[in-house]
Amino acid sequence: MTTRLALKNITKAYPGCVANDDISFSLNRGEIHALLGENGAGKSTLMNIIYGVVQPDAGELFINDVKVTINSPADARSYGIGMVFQHFTLFDSMTVAENIALALAQKPAEVSSAIEALRTTYELYVEPEKLVGTLSMGEKQRVEIIRCLLQDIQILILDEPTSVLTPQEAEQLFALLNTLSAKGCAVIFISHKLSEVARICHSATILRRGKVSGKITPGQTSLSTLTKLMMGDQSSVTKTECRAASQSFLTVEGLSTRAYPGDDTALKNLCFDVKQGEILGIAGVAGNGQEALLSALSGEINQYQRPAGDIRFNGQSVIAASPVERRSSGMGYVPAERLGRGAVANMSLVSNALLTCYGQGLLRYGFINIQAVQQLTRSIIAKFGVRTPGIEANANQLSGGNLQKFILGRELQQQPRLLIAAHPTWGVDISAQQHIYRDLLTLRDSGCAILIISEDTDELFTLCDRIGALCHGELSPLMAANQVSLDQLGQWMLGEFAHAS
Amino acid sequence: MHLELRPVPDYKWQYLSPLLATMLTLLSGWLLFAWLTDAPGHALYVFFIAGISDAFGLSEWLLKATPMLLCAYGLAICYRASLWNIGAEGQLLMGALVGSAVALEFLDSESSLAIPSVILAGMTGGALWALLAGLLKFRFNTSEILTTIMLNYIAMNLLQWAVYGPLKDPGGFNFPESALFSEATLLPVLWPDTRLHVGFLFTCVVMPLTWLLLAKSFVGFQIQVAGQDPKAAVMAGYPVKRLGYVVLLISGALAGLAGAVEVIGPLGQLVPTVSPGYGYSAIIIALLGRLHPVGITLAGLLVSLLFMGAELSQIEMGLSSAIASLFQGLLLFFFLACDVLIRYRIRFSPGTVTPQPNH
Repeated sequence: MTTRLALKNITKAYPGCVANDDISFSLNRGEIHALLGENGAGKSTLMNIIYGVVQPDAGELFINDVKVTINSPADARSYGIGMVFQHFTLFDSMTVAENIALALAQKPAEVSSAIEALRTTYELYVEPEKLVGTLSMGEKQRVEIIRCLLQDIQILILDEPTSVLTPQEAEQLFALLNTLSAKGCAVIFISHKLSEVARICHSATILRRGKVSGKITPGQTSLSTLTKLMMGDQSSVTKTECRAASQSFLTVEGLSTRAYPGDDTALKNLCFDVKQGEILGIAGVAGNGQEALLSALSGEINQYQRPAGDIRFNGQSVIAASPVERRSSGMGYVPAERLGRGAVANMSLVSNALLTCYGQGLLRYGFINIQAVQQLTRSIIAKFGVRTPGIEANANQLSGGNLQKFILGRELQQQPRLLIAAHPTWGVDISAQQHIYRDLLTLRDSGCAILIISEDTDELFTLCDRIGALCHGELSPLMAANQVSLDQLGQWMLGEFAHAS
Repeated sequence: MHLELRPVPDYKWQYLSPLLATMLTLLSGWLLFAWLTDAPGHALYVFFIAGISDAFGLSEWLLKATPMLLCAYGLAICYRASLWNIGAEGQLLMGALVGSAVALEFLDSESSLAIPSVILAGMTGGALWALLAGLLKFRFNTSEILTTIMLNYIAMNLLQWAVYGPLKDPGGFNFPESALFSEATLLPVLWPDTRLHVGFLFTCVVMPLTWLLLAKSFVGFQIQVAGQDPKAAVMAGYPVKRLGYVVLLISGALAGLAGAVEVIGPLGQLVPTVSPGYGYSAIIIALLGRLHPVGITLAGLLVSLLFMGAELSQIEMGLSSAIASLFQGLLLFFFLACDVLIRYRIRFSPGTVTPQPNH
């Protein structure tokens, strides 16, 4: 076996932190290699070094056993390295062929025939004439991969590729990766999802705080060992049986909306309830009505339209109530966007605590009682383990996981009786994720009704007592989580639930 | 030499940047005067110091600053809410117009209600003019930047129509002016033997109130959240539209107050040239002052000094009065240029790639 890529003693320091500290690993021909680690463990820096975006302070890179210096992404591509970023770099208003032609500096017609050629070698196909804007996330990802393959790559880097895919789409991706591997292409697979890694990766390097904390063979190492290598010694969350679940707190009856601003789907006659002391999970690929549902529940939608049907908190109709009134009757809300909705990026944590906690005795005659707000901020930071330079740090100075802990903490501080959380651990590292899971389960056990809307099916199965899926604005049947298979949920996410249950 | 992104913004440059900009403006002024005159040092002295070297000069300085400061405090509140009200000029003119119309009702009166009525009328006029822009924005989604500018021209034309028409002094030999207001409507002089009137005290009241609103009150906090992140404001349930109206009304009322104070203060009647662009200068003042009441006060004094210096150097040295606008432009230009230093630093070494943040 030849070594496709080898890294020797790579070190890269930024002011205030060593992102990569003496990292070495190698990648053989045809190997699918996972790179695991929490946010901030140094994965992105390492990938940026391989892809030529940043230069290491020390260390050497070898490609096919030849020492190289990669000064730019163009350099990296000329060495046969391709990268698929988490956020796609495609133009929606152009066709597949045009998008690829743009990157390769070729004519769209030439690209189309090249795409046809790939169809036979890799069973990988997207119609070249389709507009990218009309493609599903999985298809867009395929376009990105095709773009890499057409550049004759030998090493493919995928950054959290499955985070946007349905289980079925993920299966197709895995099959494709296996084909690539069989043809000799090496793959670096970055993921938070340990089960996937165990299934498809031949080997894995685990990073922790900028250093290699372990190298393992995924199939042969238990999940708990893996978790330990990534997070240090912390037990992972296991769900206890749901206790209460008697009286409904949230009841939704016949909820219908028009499409919500921002290109979302209209809701069609949704009926469900969330009981006190249970977690209800709603799965689904983004853009299937999640925005409309969240804003209808939080009351934000009333700025634009009045939905049909009824929403009741504890029997009281709140369909006409403003977000403030819903908060005061016990609702807490963790929106999907942490910066730019959940928190104001350029404001301090103190201001961001005041943002929704103003009802907690922080105001005197319309003036802000700054000591009280600071006190509250400190207690949120301490209680929920938020790592921050201080209470005056701006929200955008915190890592995603810490900001999410802060936002969740801020809502829990208000002792909600209903918590609505959208993608509560999206892009969050494992230790923050575990922390958030524990907090949510504790909240459930204290009798709060919790609704989680998420794309992460692992998360939903870990947390939820009942589960369903949203597709094209319609809700699948809701069933006890332990009676739903992943396959069944995947069907629901694709909208095939008319005949079910 | 190149610019490099700082890892964290250097907030000390928030304070250093206006100072550096002022110094660069002075330096360019010196070069300009060196080109235009034989004694650039003397010209700078005439421009910046001679005007305020005696008590009368000082009083004129504060008098000049009063309307601009009133407008600028209001604009700062608007800009904190990300409502780009460019219409302080029009709101000021409407304040002057409506205030004058009421003042003319008190021509033969000695009522102590005269002054409060005029001031209230002026504030209402300005506020309603701003409300128009608000309605257009929140009802029809038009850009307030465009509508407020257009409303400035409409206000100017309304004012012209009024002084040539209904408000023209019948005994004024057909000059486009209103009658002189009665003693009961004129603001009392604050400093004997000068023109500085009690209108100046309004700035002393409005400044701390603005500070209190922005820094201490929950409404001020909501305004700033709505300005920085409307989605967060909606998420938290703040009444974003209502806050927008409130902010426009405050800003319009303050500009209207400035207009009313001008006509019953130094002018004593309504003339077509109520404002030599106070409302526009107030925009520069608000931005130079970093939308902070104290900063605005300093910036307002600086800009009114430019106005006075231009007048004086026109009289003493025969320089064009356009020099005031030129200096304002220079100041704004350098200020914006220096602001780059908050987020970037200058490096004289050959370039390296800016590090990407690690996540």
